Amino acid sequence: MPAGTLYRGREGMWSWVAHRVTGVLIFFFLFVHVLDTALVRVSPEAYDEVVATYKTPIVALLEYGLVAAILFHALNGLRVIAVDFWSKGPRYQKQMLWTVVGIWVVLMAGSLYPVLGHAARELFGS
Amino acid sequence: MSADTTSAIGPVEGPAYDVDNPAPYIEAPRKRTGRTPRATRGNFEMAAWLFMRLSGVVLVVLVLGHLLIQLFLDGGVSKIGFAFVAGRWASPFWQVWDLLMLWLAMLHGANGLRTVINDYAERPNTRLWLKGLLYTATVFTILLGTLVIFTFDPNIR
Repeated sequence: MPAGTLYRGREGMWSWVAHRVTGVLIFFFLFVHVLDTALVRVSPEAYDEVVATYKTPIVALLEYGLVAAILFHALNGLRVIAVDFWSKGPRYQKQMLWTVVGIWVVLMAGSLYPVLGHAARELFGS
Repeated sequence: MSADTTSAIGPVEGPAYDVDNPAPYIEAPRKRTGRTPRATRGNFEMAAWLFMRLSGVVLVVLVLGHLLIQLFLDGGVSKIGFAFVAGRWASPFWQVWDLLMLWLAMLHGANGLRTVINDYAERPNTRLWLKGLLYTATVFTILLGTLVIFTFDPNIR
């Protein structure tokens, strides 16, 4: 029984999938974000009203997710550039992916309080 | 049947045969001739590939800086409001920052989604409609965002 006849992907494939998924998500948010910002041309009240929803705890969690998607896409994008333009890039693509994941985990831990602090204060009191 | 008595072959297309050129001339297989299209397809895909990398590097700086200001510093998202936007767009520096970010991010994202559509939408009609929708939404959003940045009025009320 030969083992592993079904390709389940390695670092290269899964980072490609994650890059694609985060990219599409960020792009869809960008449409919404330009539309909500356009409300500054309607009235200060209209803009502030919509921005108020961005300050609710549930949307704060979505913002944390947005930060997660953008940070991964940014760091992995730099890795893709290194693979394409650095002569040793392809050889070190796996190490670079785990470096990306490591930096991402650290930055996401550091983002917990700044991004979600206000939501925590609202939910659990200050 | 009067003047054409000197040649037994009659008029032939292309170079005629003679003693120095005794056989039909055959072009080398990949030689560019008058019939070859001038450019096969241009270098659009290569330009798009390069644009993704160049805009990507710039966007890392612009977007992460934007996130830092909007979601991390000075109370994070809590401080954002019309007054905060007015304060930032009073400076040409942030206007240019946001304008550049808008254009690069929209084009970067649109080209990314174009690639995704090319990969997964197989029927020509589906591809046509999805790309039409994508390009329409992209042009609309870029123009709207640009208009908002240039016509922003802090004293709107």
